[in-house]
Amino acid sequence: MRKCSLSAQDTLFAKLAADATLYLPVDTADGATYQKWESGKVWSDALNTNKSPKEFFFPQMEDLMAFKTAGKTIELIDTRSETEDFIVFGVRACDAKSFEVLDRVFLTEPQDSYYANRRAHGTIVTVACTRPIETCFCQTFGIDAAEPQGDVSVWKTETDLYFNANTPRGEALLQKIEGLTEEADASAVEAQKEQIQKVLKKLPLKDLTTDGFGGDKTEALFDRPEWKTLSEACLGCGTCTFVCPTCQCYDIKDFSTGNGVVRFRCWDSCMYSDFTKMAHGNNRLTQVERFRQRFMHKLVYYPANNDGLYSCVGCGRCLAKCPISMNIVKVMKTLGGKETC
Amino acid sequence: MQKISRESLVEKAIAMLQAHEVSAVLGWKKGEFDYDITPALFTDAEDLQKNFVWNDFCGANFSKYLVEKTRNIEGKILTFLKPCDTYSFNQLLTEHRFDREKVYAIGIPCEGMVDIKKIKDACGEGIASIACEEDVLKVTTLYEDAPIAIETETVLAERCLACKSKKHVAYDELLGETGEVLESNRFDEVERLEAMTADERFAFWQNELSRCIRCNACRDVCPACTCEKCVFDNPNSGVENKAAANSFEEKLFHIIRAFHVAGRCTDCGECSRVCPQQIPLHLLNRKFIHDIDRFYGDYQAGAEVGSRAPLVDYTLDDLEASEIFEGRDN
Repeated sequence: MRKCSLSAQDTLFAKLAADATLYLPVDTADGATYQKWESGKVWSDALNTNKSPKEFFFPQMEDLMAFKTAGKTIELIDTRSETEDFIVFGVRACDAKSFEVLDRVFLTEPQDSYYANRRAHGTIVTVACTRPIETCFCQTFGIDAAEPQGDVSVWKTETDLYFNANTPRGEALLQKIEGLTEEADASAVEAQKEQIQKVLKKLPLKDLTTDGFGGDKTEALFDRPEWKTLSEACLGCGTCTFVCPTCQCYDIKDFSTGNGVVRFRCWDSCMYSDFTKMAHGNNRLTQVERFRQRFMHKLVYYPANNDGLYSCVGCGRCLAKCPISMNIVKVMKTLGGKETC
Repeated sequence: MQKISRESLVEKAIAMLQAHEVSAVLGWKKGEFDYDITPALFTDAEDLQKNFVWNDFCGANFSKYLVEKTRNIEGKILTFLKPCDTYSFNQLLTEHRFDREKVYAIGIPCEGMVDIKKIKDACGEGIASIACEEDVLKVTTLYEDAPIAIETETVLAERCLACKSKKHVAYDELLGETGEVLESNRFDEVERLEAMTADERFAFWQNELSRCIRCNACRDVCPACTCEKCVFDNPNSGVENKAAANSFEEKLFHIIRAFHVAGRCTDCGECSRVCPQQIPLHLLNRKFIHDIDRFYGDYQAGAEVGSRAPLVDYTLDDLEASEIFEGRDN
């Protein structure tokens, strides 16, 4: 384990930013957002950025290709540009886990080359959460806020930053900053981990479990009458899906530029009435069905196809952002057996 | 703290349900925490007793739900309306969006609703509980031993700080008292924007609207947006749009929406309340309201049922387009 003084963090960031673009959470008047680091930017202690870091690999909008027509010929233009190396610093344990969820979708054959390209160029530096909040429930999904994964894990104490590499890419990153760090024993980190465990045990959602959910629960859950009441007030907006670190649905569309066509993809939401619309129309006609789809996907269909892995990481963004305060926790508590609220 | 008690609302709702005067009650339902309240339909007394909430977190405007609920529910729906909700209620009636006969509207006074974001800013993250007391909120957090007392007034939502009216303009019955239309400062921010140069104003909106993630929450919550199928959701419209393809489209959606609700927007402020990116969308609508007031005389959408908004009305005294243009400062 390596450490460096907290007071030297700007030097550290400058070193990291020297040969890769460095992004980290920065506080703004409207919440924390990931920003490109440059001298003067201050690393935020916020737990949740407004949007999740998924957009570093799966941006909300990206061009896939372009077409240019001239007479009877059509030219196909590859719009991919070389992606440069970048570092996403300060990722929380929940968001770090979301990359595994996305990888299983985009990196299985046939691989999504756009996503894979960005993944290959990105280094993830995570940080342990010393002050989790009431909306946090990563524990439910077996995520440990004290042991965040990623290429490098960081623990921030009152005085120091501690680093541990988890992957070869992480080791390479630590090598880059070797001159700024020193070998350290893990006692301060162990003390912090203990402290975090104590806080985790106090969180209001600590007892939320996945009991009653999983890949084999389609029949048990699909026709439950509670879906109707749970979705009663749902506005059908896409907030939950767009702030979610694991929602990965997209739409592919063509945009006329006047003298050609740009084919792009953008995030889509199962909450929308035109989601996956086909020639025969839409297969989910009411908001009850759309709402059910989102939670069945996270808690049943995804685990069915991915060795039991749930596609929720308990970051709590949807709890904080839903206009009507309906969310996966309320769904799980209602359908998962015990009604505790 | 709200002047009328939760108990009196629950009592009234149960009485009407049991007398079969209404078949459902539209109300605020208790959440996981003390602040995450969900709009809900209640159909039995036990549920009301257990889960109905009325406190400083009941900001959601129920009027729009009536469009769908009155069509899908047999019998009357009891709904509680805060003064600002009654304006949306009237505007929807003006536009014939629901059957008035299917609603029993009870006007309830409102002392203003609080903004959870301001509470978190004031008390720190990790809210364990919030108790609404007279003029004060007692907040306990996961990290402070003692409860923190904050004056309710300091954490009121922006829209409530600029409250336009404590008067109920529609109801079948009042519980508690109704108030007066207020002299509000709601146009101050609009005037600040108007005083900017065109470039400054463009930069202001570019900064705000570039954060938009097109979740459509502003549109979906808006009581003036009740099209059965929005053009932006309709693949056959030719303008369907799920994400901004460029910075022009970024602004297009919000500006078109503001035009579409101009003269019909009651300034309820729900758009800004629900925005996950905290974009002050209500300022676009307020600009239109302010302009309409200046060019055609004061007009408040929803103040009465059946009023004709100046933009869809014609009088011989109307300003000419050129006069409007000359009347602009910028």
